[in-house]
Amino acid sequence: MKRLTIEQLLGVNKFVLDDEQAHIKVNKQICSGCQPKPCTFACPASLFSIKDGELSFDYAGCLECGTCRVVCPHAGVAIEWQYPRGGFGVHYRYG
Amino acid sequence: MSEDRSTAIIVGAGPAGSTAAYLLAKEGHEVVLVERGTTPGSKNMYGGRMYSHALNRIMPGFWEEAPVERPIAQESITFLSGDKSVSIGCQNMGWAADPYHSFTLLRAEFDAWLAAKAEEAGALLACGIRVDELLTDGGKVIGIRAGEDEMLADVVVAADGVNSILAQKAGWAKMFSPGQVATGVKQIIELPAETIGQRFQLEGNNGAARLFVGDCSKGMQGGGFLYTNKSSISLGLVINAGALQGSQAKLCDIIEDFKSNPHIAPLIEGGQVAEYSAHLVPEAGLAMAPQLYGDGMVVVGDAAGFVLNLGYTVRGMDFAIASGEAAARTIMEAKARNDFSRQGLSRYKELLSQSFVLRDLEAYRKAPEFLENQRMFKAYPELVAGLATRLFTVDGSPPVHLMKMVFGQIKQSDISLMQLVRDSLKGAIDL
Repeated sequence: MKRLTIEQLLGVNKFVLDDEQAHIKVNKQICSGCQPKPCTFACPASLFSIKDGELSFDYAGCLECGTCRVVCPHAGVAIEWQYPRGGFGVHYRYG
Repeated sequence: MSEDRSTAIIVGAGPAGSTAAYLLAKEGHEVVLVERGTTPGSKNMYGGRMYSHALNRIMPGFWEEAPVERPIAQESITFLSGDKSVSIGCQNMGWAADPYHSFTLLRAEFDAWLAAKAEEAGALLACGIRVDELLTDGGKVIGIRAGEDEMLADVVVAADGVNSILAQKAGWAKMFSPGQVATGVKQIIELPAETIGQRFQLEGNNGAARLFVGDCSKGMQGGGFLYTNKSSISLGLVINAGALQGSQAKLCDIIEDFKSNPHIAPLIEGGQVAEYSAHLVPEAGLAMAPQLYGDGMVVVGDAAGFVLNLGYTVRGMDFAIASGEAAARTIMEAKARNDFSRQGLSRYKELLSQSFVLRDLEAYRKAPEFLENQRMFKAYPELVAGLATRLFTVDGSPPVHLMKMVFGQIKQSDISLMQLVRDSLKGAIDL
C-alpha cells in the first residue's frame, strides 16, 4: 500500500468541527521553554508542530485520545484539555 | 433545577455504561444514559476483539442479533526483527463455534446496538451531551451538570472512559503518569471478504487475531495488532506513553512504517484506508485504579482502569461489561435499602472481587511490571528471530549443535545469560 501522509489519514475521517470553541488550548509561552516537545512526536494526529521556532497547534483533526495531556512535561499548565462540546469533534464510523 | 430524580445517571454509552443501563432499566429503574457522541460508539475505539463470556452471561447467544464481524479461530504472536520474523500460532475451530470464544467487532456499530438494547429496556438515551461537572451536596454526588442543564439522580455511574473526567472531578482519580497508559492507533483497511479469507487461510466467516512485538514499536514498550473483520482489517499499534515521551519518530509515521513492514505489507496489499483512530489504553491495572465507589457514585470500565494486557491476550470489553453488571446489581440493592452512601455502594467492590474482574486483575497484578522490561521489545525479538533463522538455514557452513547454537546466539545478543534466566522466571511467575 502507498504510504499515507497524516493529512491523507485524517482526510478519511468524519469530523464535526466546532468553529467557536477550541477544546484544547496551549500556552505557547510555557511551550517555548520546553525543549523535548514530546507532543510533536506523540500526538497521533500530528497536530503539534514547530513553525518558525515556535510551537504551532491546531485542534481541528483531534482524535480525542488525550495523549498530549499525558506526555506533556508541563501537564496541567501548558495544555488546557477537555473533550469537544457535545456533538462536535471526531465521529468514528468504524471504531 | 429539575426536581425529577432518576435512580441512575450513567455517563458514557460504551459497553460498561450500556450494560449497567440495560440491566437497571430491565428491572424497571429510571435510568438516563448520557453520551457525548451524537451516536453511541462514535467516540469509541479499541483494538478489535471482544471475548464473549461476559456478555454471553447477560444476554445468552447475543451473537445471533449483535453486529459482530468474525469469530476468532486463529491466534498468533509474531516477533519482528528486520527482514526476519518468528510466529507462534494456534488454531482452534472450537473457538469459532457456540459458545463463540471471541469476536472481532466494530465499536461504532456494536456500541450503538448495546445502547439500543438499554433503550429498548426502558433507559433514556441522551446523545450529544458532554457532562461538565458533578453536582454534589456535602461531599455526596447527587447529579451532573451539562452546559446549562442539571440532572439529579440517586447515583451517578462514571462510565466515561480512560480519561475519566468524572473520577478526576470527584477527586477519586489522580492524573495518571505517562508510564501508566499507552496510546493506541488504528487504521481500518478495507478489503473484500474473500481476499481476507484467502490471505489468512480462514474457513467461512472465521477470523484471525495477530499480535506483533519488536520492530513495529521501534523498540519502545508496546506492540502491534491485526484483527480481521468481515471486509476490513483492523491494524494498529499500542505504545506506552512514557516511552513515546522519548520517541524521535512521529506516531503517524510509525504506523505507516508498520504497514510497509515486509511481514505486514502483503496482508494489506490493495486495501483502502477507511478510518484512522486513536485512544488511550489504561495499562497499569490496579496500580492506577481510582477510588471505585463512594457517596453517590461508582466508577466502571476503562474509567476504573479495568484493562488487562498479558502480551498474548489483551482484554478490556469483558471487564467493562462485567463491571457495568456489578454496578447495576449494586445499585438495585442500594435502591431496595434506599442507601446510596459509600457504605451502601460498597457492595460494588465485593461483587467485583467475586467476579473475574478483580480476581484476574489481582492475579496478574505484576504483569504490567513484567511488560515494562525494555528487552522484550528489541533484544528478545532479535534473539528469537536470529536463532530461528539459523536453525532453518542450510548453506554449507560447518554444523553447530543446537545447544552451542543457542548459547552462541545469546552471547551475540544484548542479553546476558543471567538476565535471560531472571526474565524467564519472572515471566513464568507474573504471567
